[in-house]
Amino acid sequence: MTDVVDTGTALGRPIKRKEDARLLHGQTNWTDNIRLPGTLHMAILRSPLAHAKITNLDVSGALAMPNVVAAFGAAELGELNSSVPCVWPVTDDMVAPDFPALVKDTVHHVGDCVAVVLATDAVSAADALEGISVDYEPLQAVVNMESAIRAGSTLVHEDKGTNTCYVYHLGGGYDEKVKEADVVVKRRFINQRLIPAFMEPRSVIAAPMGMSNEITMWSATQIPHILRLLIALVTGIPENNLRVIAPDVGGGFGGKLQLYREEILVAQLARKLGRPVKWTETRSENMVATHHGRDHIQDIEIAAKSDGTLVGLKVDLKANMGAYLQIITPGIPLLGMFMYPGIYKMEAYDFTCTGVFTNTTPTDAYRGAGRPEATYAIERIIDELAAELGMEPMELRRKNWIKHEEFPYTTIAGLTYDSGNYEAATARALELFDYDGLRAEQKRRRDSGNRVQLGIGISTFTEMCGLAPSRTLGALKYVAGGWEHCTVRVLPTGKVEVITGTSPHGQGHETAWSQIASSILGVPVEDIEVVHSDTGRAPYGMDTYGSRSLAVGGQAIKAASDRVVEKAKIIAAHQLECSPADLEYINGVFHVKGDPEKAQPLGAVAFEAFTAHNLPDGVEPTLSAEATIDPQDFSYPHGTHLAAMEVDTETGKVKLRKYVCVDDVGVQVNPMIVEGQVHGGVAQGIAQALYEGANYDEDGQPQNANLSTYLLPSAADLPSFITDTTCTPSTTNPLGTKGVGEAGAIASTPAIVNGIVDAIRHLGVNDVLMPATPMTVWKAIQAAQGGK
Amino acid sequence: MQNIKVTVDGTTYQKEVEPRTLLVHFLRDDLGRVGTVIGCDTSNCGACTVLVDGVSMKSCSMLAVQADGSEITTIQGVSDGNEWHPVQSAFKECHGLQCGYCTPGMVISAIDLLNENPHPTEAEIREGLEGNLCRCTGYHNIVKSVQLAAELMEGATR
Repeated sequence: MTDVVDTGTALGRPIKRKEDARLLHGQTNWTDNIRLPGTLHMAILRSPLAHAKITNLDVSGALAMPNVVAAFGAAELGELNSSVPCVWPVTDDMVAPDFPALVKDTVHHVGDCVAVVLATDAVSAADALEGISVDYEPLQAVVNMESAIRAGSTLVHEDKGTNTCYVYHLGGGYDEKVKEADVVVKRRFINQRLIPAFMEPRSVIAAPMGMSNEITMWSATQIPHILRLLIALVTGIPENNLRVIAPDVGGGFGGKLQLYREEILVAQLARKLGRPVKWTETRSENMVATHHGRDHIQDIEIAAKSDGTLVGLKVDLKANMGAYLQIITPGIPLLGMFMYPGIYKMEAYDFTCTGVFTNTTPTDAYRGAGRPEATYAIERIIDELAAELGMEPMELRRKNWIKHEEFPYTTIAGLTYDSGNYEAATARALELFDYDGLRAEQKRRRDSGNRVQLGIGISTFTEMCGLAPSRTLGALKYVAGGWEHCTVRVLPTGKVEVITGTSPHGQGHETAWSQIASSILGVPVEDIEVVHSDTGRAPYGMDTYGSRSLAVGGQAIKAASDRVVEKAKIIAAHQLECSPADLEYINGVFHVKGDPEKAQPLGAVAFEAFTAHNLPDGVEPTLSAEATIDPQDFSYPHGTHLAAMEVDTETGKVKLRKYVCVDDVGVQVNPMIVEGQVHGGVAQGIAQALYEGANYDEDGQPQNANLSTYLLPSAADLPSFITDTTCTPSTTNPLGTKGVGEAGAIASTPAIVNGIVDAIRHLGVNDVLMPATPMTVWKAIQAAQGGK
Repeated sequence: MQNIKVTVDGTTYQKEVEPRTLLVHFLRDDLGRVGTVIGCDTSNCGACTVLVDGVSMKSCSMLAVQADGSEITTIQGVSDGNEWHPVQSAFKECHGLQCGYCTPGMVISAIDLLNENPHPTEAEIREGLEGNLCRCTGYHNIVKSVQLAAELMEGATR
């Protein structure tokens, strides 16, 4: 035996990505790249008004335009005008308005779908929208959540009689417990509306494929499996005739965790017209028609003893649903509900959330989905409490956080955090940051009255990852489960297929999943192909969102790989004429213990399993195994993020000088990918704090719905980051992994804003609105100084 | 319709185009060169960046007819697939891409940047790539990729 790499070394190594060769050479298969003969291109007439009755709609003019094949309003579409379902009815009495693919008589937000044109090319389809005649009778737009729920407000959906979607309560006892507190701090935080703005616009093409009755749909989606089920349910296309493929997908961040009405339209029209139908959104459509995120008003109250011991937390949330419910719109705030207590111990927690309809684009999951909002609120109010108590903010955190020896720990919100070590991550972060040095500089600047003040922002966060235990989801009234599937097949040539139900869109699953399988099978990473995102080739799956792919899907890969080795061992023992117990499996080869000459590699076993000429009795041919894993509980990554913020007190200009984060994501499969996920998440969280915010005027007109006016940060707007990790393995899964997709975006926003407030607190400022533009910060300083 | 002659990634095409057709649509829809992608409609994202006569250009901000007589290099022509351009190698080495959608434009812009300034500072890299948006990486590893590419290219010319 020479030159063998130890089995297991693929795990935990920063292996360069398999995906990159094609992505770096433009050999990609984005949905919009797919060109099928005879394709009809769909263009959508969208509402220019936020709220209006349609008094006349006539699509016939479009039919007279060049290259136009068909045009439809709701009337022409008739029975095919299916509605988008909400699959998370959070309460029994939740109000769910009808959400048809094309509006029937009233438009409810700018960008609402009014009519469609199909032409033989995309340009002709877009041109032909001019031929549609439509008259609107404008209605008052409902934009502000607080006025929306006041009696007498205009209704977004008149037939529903209310703008309140639902009211949800959790916890109790705060009002009693608060009597024991010495200090109570109240704040209103605004978690502004954001736009996911993944780089690849949405695109979908559906085609009757002429083989059996199959309709194939390619969509730039995060959820091909869920999409297949939902399209089948709402369109009546039999599920077994529908194949959904998510080819190369360019980012999602929750924005492609959706059943969009455009997908319904494309599926229905491809079936009706018997030819391929394709639609690709423009960026300006994306900004009004792809769901938005956040948009919560957070009234937060925290109570503590004078020594800083937390007593309780009260959260009163107003969550903007937008005009309709997308598939999990109402559930997003509830994912945050569990996380408001953060990493802290306390005795009482009251949570109330009111979901509110407005004449705006619907909201739904955006990176973190509820948890960034919760983390922002708790980490901001902890800083405010520290200021009120005159305590060092890190000291206040230390005093109240769950100590590493106290895990597993059931929080006041009812979750059981399996593992963590906040002390270790914090200690490392403080060291990398030079916390004491920066505090000293802060004091010097303050003492000297420097125009540029320094602030230190802290965020010690945790999140729940790995959606999710199916029973828990059921208890929350979510209509699906949270399991994940994998089939591992060793082919007769010795090549391996890892068939996963996860659906990557930038996360590098092809590389990371190969590493997991390689570490168990002993097969080189290069010989493993990860098959994903195609319901024809990977039939079972629950897809990718909620930092679940590794924490759930990774376990299925491990389990299926283990089972393959188990079966292979039985076959190998038969071939080598020994008992399975006499075999050891090293680096992809079965060896007879004590007799190194007698050995059989996995590939040879696979060939035996294929020919089936000489299998032991009772063993079925082929070498493959499957596993479907439903996790017993969530996993809880955590970390300590620190930001050094400079604020020019005369102009309000803010500069992020230094950003340090130490994350504990448990066991890492590929540290390079983990670090990349942290960078991207941190950048998105910083963007919420400093740059982004989707605004509407009082008529419900979007004020910045394109990339010229909605400020996605560029390279010039961000610094490099200092990152490190600690490792406390998760105990809820055998790989000990936690999840990392959302961590950065959850952690960084409060770190930035805490840093800004810390820099100017001595001027009387105790909050700044996001995004903290120079104008916003300047105004906060002016207001605190008595000016306006 | 107007007749134009354009060389794209080494192949010369002669085509009739509508005067209003953008270069990026010509590349994708008329020539099937779909490696170059579209990310916005306001010339902000830079995903569609190509080299026109050696200089980086957002192909959505130029008409196809304006490219008449030009030589265009897209991500598909940066290298032949076996030989990698140092910028491509560096992006892989430094994990400078995740979903890869901004990557065609980012790589082309980085090539142009390094052609103009073979030894850029971090600040110069960040300023130089300001016209290319990435939503995945936070730019940290893109900056590192360009720094490594600069080293690789210097090594190659030494």
